[in-house]
Amino acid sequence: MSVPMIRLENVEKVYRTDRIETVALSGVNLDIEEGEFVSIMGPSGCGKSTLLHLIGLLDAPSKGTISLNGAAVTDASDKALAHLRNQQIGFVFQSFHLIPDLSVLDNVEIPLLYRKVGAAERRKAAEAALERVGLSARMHHFPSQLSGGQQQRVAIARAIVGRPRVLLADEPTGNLDSQMGDDIMSILQDLNTKEKTTLVMVTHDPRQAEKTVRTIRMFDGRRVN
Amino acid sequence: MLKNYLKLSLKILGRRKFFTFVSLFGIGFTLLVLTLSAAMLDHIFAPYAPETRADRTLTVFSVRLQSADSWSTGPAGYGLYDRYMRDLPGVERMTISSMPATVVSYWKGARIEALLRRTDADYFRILDFNFLEGAPYGQADVDESRFVAVINETTRRKYFGASPALGQMIEADGQSFKVVGVVPDVPIFRLLSMGDIYVPVTTAKSDDYKNKIRGGFIGLFLLKDKGLADSVRQEFKARLTKVELPQQFNKIYAVPESFFGSFARMFINDFEADEPGDRLMAIFLTIAALFMILPAVNLVNLNVSRALERSSEIGVRRAFGASARDLLLQFLFENVIISVVGGILALMAAGAVLAVLNRSDLIPYAHFALNLRIVAWGFLFALTFGVISGVWPAWRLSRLKPINALAGGSR
Repeated sequence: MSVPMIRLENVEKVYRTDRIETVALSGVNLDIEEGEFVSIMGPSGCGKSTLLHLIGLLDAPSKGTISLNGAAVTDASDKALAHLRNQQIGFVFQSFHLIPDLSVLDNVEIPLLYRKVGAAERRKAAEAALERVGLSARMHHFPSQLSGGQQQRVAIARAIVGRPRVLLADEPTGNLDSQMGDDIMSILQDLNTKEKTTLVMVTHDPRQAEKTVRTIRMFDGRRVN
Repeated sequence: MLKNYLKLSLKILGRRKFFTFVSLFGIGFTLLVLTLSAAMLDHIFAPYAPETRADRTLTVFSVRLQSADSWSTGPAGYGLYDRYMRDLPGVERMTISSMPATVVSYWKGARIEALLRRTDADYFRILDFNFLEGAPYGQADVDESRFVAVINETTRRKYFGASPALGQMIEADGQSFKVVGVVPDVPIFRLLSMGDIYVPVTTAKSDDYKNKIRGGFIGLFLLKDKGLADSVRQEFKARLTKVELPQQFNKIYAVPESFFGSFARMFINDFEADEPGDRLMAIFLTIAALFMILPAVNLVNLNVSRALERSSEIGVRRAFGASARDLLLQFLFENVIISVVGGILALMAAGAVLAVLNRSDLIPYAHFALNLRIVAWGFLFALTFGVISGVWPAWRLSRLKPINALAGGSR
C-alpha cells in the first residue's frame, strides 16, 4: 500500500483570543495521493483556506498530525518547515502576492534564493518557468504593469520554478474573469497531467472544481463528504 | 542572495522617497556629528608632523603630589625631569619643554599675541619639525642662554610680512630674540608641539623653574624601541621614589605613556589605572553609542511601522522557504545599507564642514582632513548604527507567522 503524499489525521485548528475561541477545523482526516488534483469547496468561513494553510505548513494545527510523504511534520522546527516548504511545496494565492518592487523575473526567482543555486542557474530556471506559463515576453516588467491574469501566471511560474511535488492554490481564479480563470486552470491541469504535480486547490467555483479529479467539501470546519 | 537583498534595498529606498528622506536625514545628521567628532579627535591625537615618532614617544602630561589629606595635580616641574629622569635605560633622548604661555608684544605699533614655549635643544630632535627657513637652535644656544627663537609661519607673517625673517629680532614676553628658524603652524590642539614662538628654556627670566617638581613643563621621552615602553615606565616609577617632595606631600604619581594615554590619565584623574587610554576610548565609544540611540529608536519606529506594508512580502518569502533567520538577515542587511548610504552622505557633509572650519579662524591653525582612518571610523559608525537600529525591527518582522504575514498583506 503506497504512502499518501499528504495525510491529515484528526486535525483540529482553534483560534484563541482572550475572550473568544473559534474552532476553524475539527477532526479532519484526509489523504491525498501523489499526482492527485483535488479541489476543496465549501461556503465562506468553513475552513477551506485554513486547511490549505495547514497542508502548506504555513500554520500549525492545534491538534492532530500532518504528514508529508509519510513523515510527520507537525512538530518540525521553523528551519525544517522552511526547508520543506522550499523543496516540496509551491503556493498560488488568490491575490497573487507578487512583490511590487521586484521585476517579474526576480519575483519568480524567489524560491530558488533559499536554495544553494547560483545566479545563472536561477535565472535560467525562472526564464523556463515563465516560458511554461507563456510570459517570456514580460520577464522584465513589474507586477503593476501586468493584468490580473498575467500576474497570476507569474505567481504560478514562481510556484513551479523549484519543481515542487505539491502545488497549493488558494482560489487561484477568484480574482479573474472567466476566460482568464480558464487559462489559469488549463495551466494547472497541464502541470498535473504532464508533470504529475500533486495539486490541491481551494475554490468557490463549481465549474473549476469539476475540472479536478476529486472534490472535498467542507462545512463548519468539518469534512462533509 | 546578498545581491538580491542589495537590489531590493535600493529599490525600496527609491520607491519610498519620504521614508528614505526622513531616515537618511536622521542617520546622516547623527553620523555627521560622530564623524566630525572623530575628525577632531584624530586631529588631536593622530601621529601627524611634527609628532611623527609618536609610536615610540612617551610623555608625562601631569603628575599628582599626594599628602594625607590633599593632593595637587598638574604639569610636572622642570626639576623632576632634569634631576631625576635623565638617562633612563631604553630612552634614546629626552626633552623638557614648558607649556605654551600667552605673551603679548608690541611690534611697530601693533599688539601681537603669541604662544611662547621654552624648550631644550632635544625638543627639535624628537619632534620632526619641517623647517621652512633656517634651523633649530642647538645645545650650545641653550647652554649659553642665547636669545634665539624659532617661530611659526603665522608669527613670521605678523612680524615681518613678506620681508626676510632669519636674523631679525622679535620681542616676546618683554625679551628680544633673534629668529633662527621658521616652522609650519601646528594646530592649537596638539599640546606637545604647538606654539608660535619657541625659545631656549635657559632664557627664562629666573632660574626658579630648575628645581621645581610641579609646574608648567612636559617631558617627552623618545624610546630606542617601542617595545621598551614598559621597562621605561618601571624605571620611571622606581626613580619617582627618590624624588625629594615638597614639604607637605608624601607621595608622587606620574606615568610616562602615549599622548592619548597621558591625556586620558589627566581626564579620568586616576594615577594608578593601568590602561587609562582604553578607559577613555570606552567613554568616547559609550558617548557615541548613547548619541546614536535616540535616532536609532526613531528609525526602529519607522521600520516597525513599515511592517504592515511589507507583510505580504514577508509572507511570500516565508511561504517559499525563507526561515526566520533568512528574513532577519535580509531586513538587517537593508537597514545596514540605508545606514551606509547615510554614512557616505555624512562623510561628504563632514568634508564640507571641515573645509569651512579650516578656512575660518575659529580653531587656530586647524587643518582638519578626512583621511582613511576617519573614513573607516565613519563606516564603523554607520555599520553600528545600522545594526543597532535594525536588529529589533528585523527580529520582529522575521518572527511574523507566515500565515499572519500573508493575511496582513496590502495586496
